[in-house]
Amino acid sequence: MSQAAFNPAAEQEKLDLEMVEIHLLTEGIYRHYGFDFRDYSLPSMRRRIWKRVYAEGLSTISALQEKVLHDSGCMERLLLDLSINTTAMFRDPTFYLAFRNKVVPILRTYPFVRIWHAGCSTGEEVWSMAMLLTEEGIYNRCRIYATDINEAVLQKAKDGIFPIASMQENTSNYISAGGKDTFSEYYTARYDYAIFRPSLRENIVFAQHNLVTDASFNQFNVIFCRNVLIYFNNALQERVQQLFLNSLDNFGILGLGRKESIRFTSVADSYEEIDAEERLYRRVR
Amino acid sequence: MRQIGIIVIGTSLGGMHALSVLLGALPPDFDPPIAAVQHRYRFSNESLPAYLRTKSKLPVVDVDDKLFIRPRHVYLAPADYHLLVERGSFDLSKDPAVKYSRPSIDVLFESAADAYRAQCVGVLLTGSNDDGAQGLVRIKKQGGFVIVEDPASAEAPEMPQSGIDTAQVDRILPLERIGPYLVELWRQSRT
Ligand SMILES: C[S@@+](CC[C@H](N)C(=O)[O-])C[C@H]1O[C@@H](n2cnc3c(N)ncnc32)[C@H](O)[C@@H]1O
Repeated sequence: MSQAAFNPAAEQEKLDLEMVEIHLLTEGIYRHYGFDFRDYSLPSMRRRIWKRVYAEGLSTISALQEKVLHDSGCMERLLLDLSINTTAMFRDPTFYLAFRNKVVPILRTYPFVRIWHAGCSTGEEVWSMAMLLTEEGIYNRCRIYATDINEAVLQKAKDGIFPIASMQENTSNYISAGGKDTFSEYYTARYDYAIFRPSLRENIVFAQHNLVTDASFNQFNVIFCRNVLIYFNNALQERVQQLFLNSLDNFGILGLGRKESIRFTSVADSYEEIDAEERLYRRVR
Repeated sequence: MRQIGIIVIGTSLGGMHALSVLLGALPPDFDPPIAAVQHRYRFSNESLPAYLRTKSKLPVVDVDDKLFIRPRHVYLAPADYHLLVERGSFDLSKDPAVKYSRPSIDVLFESAADAYRAQCVGVLLTGSNDDGAQGLVRIKKQGGFVIVEDPASAEAPEMPQSGIDTAQVDRILPLERIGPYLVELWRQSRT
């Protein structure tokens, strides 16, 4: 084995140094720009940061720190690396199918329903929910709050104009999600874009909200937070789960991403499973 | 002797069979946790873990975000997520595909190399692209140990071959020898 050149103590030091550098970088960004990535999950952060280090022609994280702090253009590029906004309409169709079959019957019995989509990105999931609720005949009793940390994606969410190229996938998702009408009737095609029916937006409020720093702003019957918590470390997930618990009515519904779970947080006992596979939970205490 | 903190395995075309042979050769008391990426289709169902469960004496788990890493378990990257390793737990991400793949083998290997350094053992099996090769380089750089399936015996030789061409590989073994060799490494590590 070619172990001769390998010096474990030196490697350990290098890694500790890397942790220090990542810590200083995120702390610097927070103090100077106000973006708080300090409790984002380390392995993914490390990957994205190194990608930016190389793309800027640098060789250390400290060098990136210097550049980021003195050059807001570099900060913006790093911000793009750190923000993952990919989403789709009726993403994970079986989630929507389970929601339709197992949650909608509960919501039907409520006079008024408040729904929060936390980390909604460009809004595809919000528009999907508006369609689903319309088809189930309860949309007029619902108010949807759609939030994200990122103003740019929120604007797109508000506009409700999505690339026509994504409609094939959206249509097949819509069908698998138990859609009851014809998907193409929800939008008008114009050049490369699909413009969705503005009436779907009537009961949606779009607002900026940062899950790391902002407090609860209402009581909800349903909270969706899908594919956002995976970017947070354990401590931050714990805080955000507390925020959700405090924002949910008793018997309120929590819907997470396909591979996200409340199992590893202290709120686990506050919920029962509605659909374990689809990560749909109901607050019971 | 080398302590084994984690064994990471990557494969694509032909991987279902290769994984079943490798895992089938491990005894139920095989301690080191195993994390595997097999390129899966985006909408694939849960048939891979179900199939491997019939072949492996160790429990096979589809990973949830932040799941703790425990000994005597085999962990699989879920379809359409990258699987990353932190010391003691897993991390999933929806970051863009790497080498057209999500999950990507490079992503798993590189994160495991950084987290477990010399205690990381990487295994690259049959496959039809060059995902994993950079990951092997990183494992070696952090002082870990690297095994590649002999391309001559692999169902698809491109992946192991690119591993051999790119990284400084410790062992090149035919598929049937890899499981028993891991057992040997593990036994030595306990003495
Ligand atoms: C991968 S998208 C998920 C979109 C959608 N929920 C889905 O599942 O398809 C992650 C979103 O989380 C948002 N996000 C990240 N950190 C956040 C924070 N601290 N507060 C609120 N939103 C955040 C990002 O801006 C991004 O739009």
